[in-house]
Amino acid sequence: MDVPVTKRCAVTSRRETEKIEIQLLLEAIFLRYGYDFRQYSKAHIRRRIRRHLELSNMENISAMQHRLLTDYDFFQMLLYDLSINITEMFRNPSFYLVIRKHVVPVLATHPFIKIWHAGCATGEELYSMAILLKEEGLFSRLQFYGTDFNDLVLQKAKEGIIPAKAIQEYTRNYQQSGGTHSFSDYYTARYERALLAAELKKKMLFANHNLVVDQVFGEMQMIVCRNVLIYFGKELQDRVIRLFYDSLCRGGILCLGSRESLRFSSLHDSFKQLVETEQIYQKKY
Amino acid sequence: MAQHHTPHPQKTHYQAIAMGVSFGGLHSLQTILPKLPATFPVPIMAVQHHDPNGDDFLARHLNSLCAVRVKVAEEKETATAGTVYLAPANYHLLVEDDHTLSLSSDEKVNFSRPSIDVLFESCADVYGESLIGVILTGANSDGSKGMQMIKEVGGLSVVQDPQTAEAATMPESAIAATEIDHILPLTEIAAFLLTIVNPAAKNTSKTNTSCDTL
Repeated sequence: MDVPVTKRCAVTSRRETEKIEIQLLLEAIFLRYGYDFRQYSKAHIRRRIRRHLELSNMENISAMQHRLLTDYDFFQMLLYDLSINITEMFRNPSFYLVIRKHVVPVLATHPFIKIWHAGCATGEELYSMAILLKEEGLFSRLQFYGTDFNDLVLQKAKEGIIPAKAIQEYTRNYQQSGGTHSFSDYYTARYERALLAAELKKKMLFANHNLVVDQVFGEMQMIVCRNVLIYFGKELQDRVIRLFYDSLCRGGILCLGSRESLRFSSLHDSFKQLVETEQIYQKKY
Repeated sequence: MAQHHTPHPQKTHYQAIAMGVSFGGLHSLQTILPKLPATFPVPIMAVQHHDPNGDDFLARHLNSLCAVRVKVAEEKETATAGTVYLAPANYHLLVEDDHTLSLSSDEKVNFSRPSIDVLFESCADVYGESLIGVILTGANSDGSKGMQMIKEVGGLSVVQDPQTAEAATMPESAIAATEIDHILPLTEIAAFLLTIVNPAAKNTSKTNTSCDTL
């Protein structure tokens, strides 16, 4: 039953070849387009590239590399696949419950509330936060900034359209997250799609920003960046946490994904965890 | 589907176990894990399909029953011997080349997140022939493709005998998908794993030397 030695070596050698090809591909992307995936989780990148290769009908990763160097549209498609665009409204309702109970009182102390959703993808979590803060009476003081390195998802975020088939789930999430109205107040359904309320969009600006290379662009009262850092290596995580620290006002709030933390950050002691059950931190005064 | 009785003498020693379990999994894990000693020489990475909003109850419960440490996997911790790492609810679990663990909220695979296929694929990449893949009870076919990958890289495949599984679909699907080295009744799996990862086996293992000539 054991794989013969020669075959085993062939497999090993194929995996080594793939590793080299991936490293070269990431280098090519960086040199040509400036997007830097070299410090991302390798297991994650390997999975995404394999999947893209399967779908692209290309022979191997080296062929993909040549193609992307000369074909910007092809690169855009790969870029789309390298980012995680999975999101939903009121994802993890318990997170939003905690925001209502423990974060809203902190935000309410500021005359203006600027909130940055970093890695916002198609914007569902940003719209969720807007709905929540509207219900908590903070809407007039708000300004949201949604950023992502992927222009395709940003375009979708600006449109604010959700699939009608997701509404049942989003409604349930909304209710579990402590919603005080009816979720249907916030969208207009038409055929297979639902358009989120234009009023919510008034408070939102979307722009391309890459956490790996870009800098601070304003002083924020809250930053939300959930399930982005898990794809970064330790050093890159540290850089991004510093970027967030520099972007927050004193007492500003940082929200991470439920399995992310500040433990690899040199700024660990510059924040305090606001609530034990969620990864919600406050920059110390 | 031949059932080998002893590990191949030329096999290099094992470095990790990847385990997948779904419907009926609590019983299976409660049968296997408490039989492993604290000194169990390799880490076990496990995916158990469960409620996406579930907390860490399963890990705490199993940990209270076991000599090995059972915990929910945290991103970037290093997979260490004598520890069972459970994928957290709603995240895929992957292993990096340096044996640290990664989490991903990537799309569902086989309608599952965590997915057994995702774990198995990344473990196969990293551990190759030093990996043991174990598929236990379950009512879907997640893990079959991953087990195929484990076989491709020369790892060892172990499946719970479907007749002893609360749901036979998952083990049956794995058996249909690829060559399975050992099909074992639930009650014998712990003892088998103990034997096969026994550090004494290290002395008899001989790494393949002809690789250089390729």
